[in-house]
Amino acid sequence: MSERRYLTVTALTKYIKRKFDVDPHLQDVWLKGEISNFKQHSRGHMYFTLKDQNARLQVVMFAGQNRNLAFKPQEGMKVLVRGEVTVYEANGSYQMYIKEMQPDGVGSLFLAYEELKKKLSQEGLFSSEYKKTLPKYPCAVGVITSPTGAAVRDIITTLKRRYPLTKIIVIPALVQGVNAAPSIVKAIQTANKMPDLDVLIVGRGGGSIEELWAFNEEVVAREIFASKLPIISAVGHETDFTIADFVADMRAPTPTAAAELAVPHINELMERLSDRKFRLHSASNKLMQHYKDRLTALQKSYAFRFPKNLYAQKQQDLDRTMDDLEAAMKRMVERKHVKWEQLAGLLARNHPKKQWEAEKLTLEQQTKLLTKQMQQTLQKKQWEFQHKISKMDALSPLKIMNRGYSLAYQEDGTIIKNVNQAEKGDTIQVHLQDGRLECEVQDVKERKGND
Amino acid sequence: MTEKKDVTFEEAMKGLENIVEKLEEGDVPLEEAISFYKEGMKLSKLCHDKLSHVEAEMEQILKENGELESFQVQEDEA
Repeated sequence: MSERRYLTVTALTKYIKRKFDVDPHLQDVWLKGEISNFKQHSRGHMYFTLKDQNARLQVVMFAGQNRNLAFKPQEGMKVLVRGEVTVYEANGSYQMYIKEMQPDGVGSLFLAYEELKKKLSQEGLFSSEYKKTLPKYPCAVGVITSPTGAAVRDIITTLKRRYPLTKIIVIPALVQGVNAAPSIVKAIQTANKMPDLDVLIVGRGGGSIEELWAFNEEVVAREIFASKLPIISAVGHETDFTIADFVADMRAPTPTAAAELAVPHINELMERLSDRKFRLHSASNKLMQHYKDRLTALQKSYAFRFPKNLYAQKQQDLDRTMDDLEAAMKRMVERKHVKWEQLAGLLARNHPKKQWEAEKLTLEQQTKLLTKQMQQTLQKKQWEFQHKISKMDALSPLKIMNRGYSLAYQEDGTIIKNVNQAEKGDTIQVHLQDGRLECEVQDVKERKGND
Repeated sequence: MTEKKDVTFEEAMKGLENIVEKLEEGDVPLEEAISFYKEGMKLSKLCHDKLSHVEAEMEQILKENGELESFQVQEDEA
């Protein structure tokens, strides 16, 4: 009879594990199933079971792999997974270590998402240099979302609680379904035409990848990029990231967080205002104190502390000056007096009375002489006058003509003194003492020596 | 300077901050400092009044025809 060999449990399990680990079909397995018994360890590792109608498989996804999941695994969710199958020796059970996971049925959506993300990123739509700055104190906030539902309520409630000063304008848009993307685009365009808006919140509450899909559409991404108003994206839950989130000027994990990012808290503003008021008082008081100190310093200076000294000095100066003035005046008066006396003496010696008497005598003499001279001159003039009158009387042509003489004149009034001044035929005038004759020359005869 | 009409909260806050910075520089002439202080107190009061006595703006919704209408959120969300 042959001897039977007995293996240990460990040995058998190790043998089976090695068989699994070297099997190429088990190193890279693609699997689909439904999630159940989902647990997430505090350190981030995920443990759950994948099952279908007839079987179930234990699954582990370590934190290193699940950290970048674009969705949150949930109980009952159908998923596609990729990983390796191996044996967990402690339990003697086989299990799968997952490297990748995505919701089943939306694999193509994920591929489209990744492709679009890569494309737009390379174009620079996600670049921080294009991010617009949010206004600190917006006057009006535009909210682009469904007018019904939790998101709009959370946004409005938060805005009003934090910053009642801001105006809220809801621009309704579809956020789910095939018409959602064009609706969101149109709402963003409309908002950019409204004059009063300062900032936009664009988003919706959480949902499945299909429900959020509008915010992964290229047209929405490009419209967010083109918006002149700064945009805060507020799509889904904490762990969801849509293309809209990457393009937006600011990403908020929830609609409530978006409202918190959009406006300041009124209590913060009150505190800041108090700080400004305090600093205003402090700076003013400091400045006033500075000027007051300078004034005090001046007041403490020698001149102000001992004004009497300054006064006394001036008094002394004044006394000395007055003494000098008095002495100078006295000297001047004395000099003037001396000069006056000299002039008075000189004046006395030249009293005008004597001169006056002498001049009076001269005047009497001159007066007599003048009278005599005047009489003589007058007589002489009278004699000369009479003489001239007589002479003129003798020469008067009227007197001569009175004796029968006449004067002949040419037509132009020129007196004729010789016969050559007239010609035969000339008309001449002959003046007599009582009138004149108009004559015509008949012949001219010149008187010769013996004629 | 004429009284500025309808100064926004942001403008008033900015103006107040500018005044505080100028006074804190410390080399302002006395009369100018007094003037700044008065203006600063006026702006401070304006900001405070806006924060304290603000009447909450009514939210509005944009209609298809482009008009704005008062908007009330449904409070009975289950």
